[in-house]
Amino acid sequence: MSRVGRNITVSIDRLRHLGHRQDRPRRIASDASTCPKCDSHYSGDEMRRNLRVCPACGYHFPVTARERLEQLGEPGGYVELWSDLRAADPLQFTDLKPYADRIREAETKTGMNEAVVCAEIEVRRVPCVAAIMDFSFMGGSMGAVVGEKLARACEHAAQKGIPLIILSSSGGARMQEGTLALMQMAKTVIALDALAEAQVPVIMILAHPTTGGVWASFASLGDVTYAEPGALIAFSGPRVIEETTREVLPADFGRAERQLANGQVDAVVDRRELAARIGRVLHILAPPDGEALVAGPPGWAQGGAERVGRVAQSLPSLPGKIMGRIRPGSGNDDGPVA
Amino acid sequence: MSGGKPDGPSFVRRVTGKLGRSSGVQVDEDLWASIQIARHAERPYTLDYINRITSDFEEMHGDRLFGDDPAIVAGFGRFNDRPVAFVGQQKGRDTNERTYRNFGMASPEGYRKSMRVMEIANRMGMPIVTLIDTPGAFPGASAEERGQGGAISRSMQLMWRLNVPVVAVVIGEGSSGGALGLGIADRVLMLENSTYSVISPEGASAILWRDASQAKRAAQAFKPTAANCYRWGVADAVIPEPPGGAHTDHGQAAEILGQYLQRTLLELEAQTPAERRVVRRERFRRLGPLRDPEGGVAMASGRDAPPPG
Repeated sequence: MSRVGRNITVSIDRLRHLGHRQDRPRRIASDASTCPKCDSHYSGDEMRRNLRVCPACGYHFPVTARERLEQLGEPGGYVELWSDLRAADPLQFTDLKPYADRIREAETKTGMNEAVVCAEIEVRRVPCVAAIMDFSFMGGSMGAVVGEKLARACEHAAQKGIPLIILSSSGGARMQEGTLALMQMAKTVIALDALAEAQVPVIMILAHPTTGGVWASFASLGDVTYAEPGALIAFSGPRVIEETTREVLPADFGRAERQLANGQVDAVVDRRELAARIGRVLHILAPPDGEALVAGPPGWAQGGAERVGRVAQSLPSLPGKIMGRIRPGSGNDDGPVA
Repeated sequence: MSGGKPDGPSFVRRVTGKLGRSSGVQVDEDLWASIQIARHAERPYTLDYINRITSDFEEMHGDRLFGDDPAIVAGFGRFNDRPVAFVGQQKGRDTNERTYRNFGMASPEGYRKSMRVMEIANRMGMPIVTLIDTPGAFPGASAEERGQGGAISRSMQLMWRLNVPVVAVVIGEGSSGGALGLGIADRVLMLENSTYSVISPEGASAILWRDASQAKRAAQAFKPTAANCYRWGVADAVIPEPPGGAHTDHGQAAEILGQYLQRTLLELEAQTPAERRVVRRERFRRLGPLRDPEGGVAMASGRDAPPPG
């Protein structure tokens, strides 16, 4: 079957050119795409329907944060949080161009205020807080706003006692904010611990790329960590390593599949399976209210929670949390909560 | 050091004088000179300080998982009649030692050795002092395969969770996550000529200017001096160095550091673990200015005054 008939044939360069005119905000995952791996050509609709994965070869295209939320959530969508936070320029930083200009350009280009979008969302009927990074906004880099929004997302999820999903796609700390950007690593690592204290799980999705100070902070601290196929996951990128150590690196250096073999991630998950996979693990780690805590064979489940409660009582030296999930803020004497 | 306590008036004057001068736009040459002092080949390194300010220092080796990383020194010693755990990146002075210490660039097993020592210290109720001096964590394929990112993040997580007092001191060059991996503390102190930066000037030059020769310009843009870090709230105090820099007199530099450490530890030991943890969380939580909705800049963490003496 030939693709040519079904797909638009206008040059993507021309589309980009049109998109740039009059400073119109341009959608990043532009309407037509050519797969860089197998050269197949797709319309925007096809791309969107297929979650921006090449149907021919499985190549994972970049996705904007808001489209990610649509992919993960259910009809009815999501409620975005703290979208008004914007970057300051504490160093009055200029490299090849002023940081202030870079921010303005990124805002115009992406229609976003920063490189992470936070939202309340339901994934497969489990209410969650999601923090989705977007590489198209200054390489997804983490400055004070990204650090602040991630910290708020952690605190919000912990306070509500619902799981946190973070999707990373970032080159690392935002150079243009200097030492204060570095400090966001500390801020996010500490904030993430609020979820451990609240006993709610953190699901980490590592998209391409997850490198530098992002990989060396919150992104490597998920309870469950999935990586998208082909995602580069590394503290130091291949170019830096080759320049510093003169090592010759294998072509798949730092890629998700290799990092699975290195023991750095739990699974490599195709984007088209991602929402279902997250939903499945959340129903085990953090079943929503009203769902049976003890899922077992039919019959066993009936009265299962009661039985767990009895066992917990008969073992006073064991904290109840070993037997079941305790809602944050509730005392241990409340027993397990279904 | 001759005459006077390190926290006496002469030091206060000298430090505040320096801060006052740098309050506007930093003079390029001053800033670059300071960065060169931070990386001076004769500057005291972690073991130079540990050997001078502790007695009976017992160095620990190995992470019990993979190996021992000579780029990080970790162990226990007696400091002013109390047991204290010390951890720090170690640079080398001659070519052989530099290679052996990997230029102070730690691998995952270095951070994991550090975590092992910190866990023991925490169990024994022993304060922890880290000495930060590194151009960054080691950028190598082997380090990546053993989880460099996770080693740094878990080291930060562990330091945040500690019950005992924790003091971090940037003694030379504190660059990138490799430095911050030992940097989660109740108090962060910086030596007068030390730097604390998101990346080394050379690394920034290559990435941002795509030209390795722009290190000076990068340093100028980052302004990662102790005085600026104090102003941003990244450092809690600036420790004076002997005139000309710490390399001119290791003994005096160590003595001053020891006195600042003693005073800081006494303050922290007077607090409960819960009090310390609240402060530890807040000191990092507030770092990083945001644009206020009116369009101005809210320096959430900024300080205007020079550090107290």
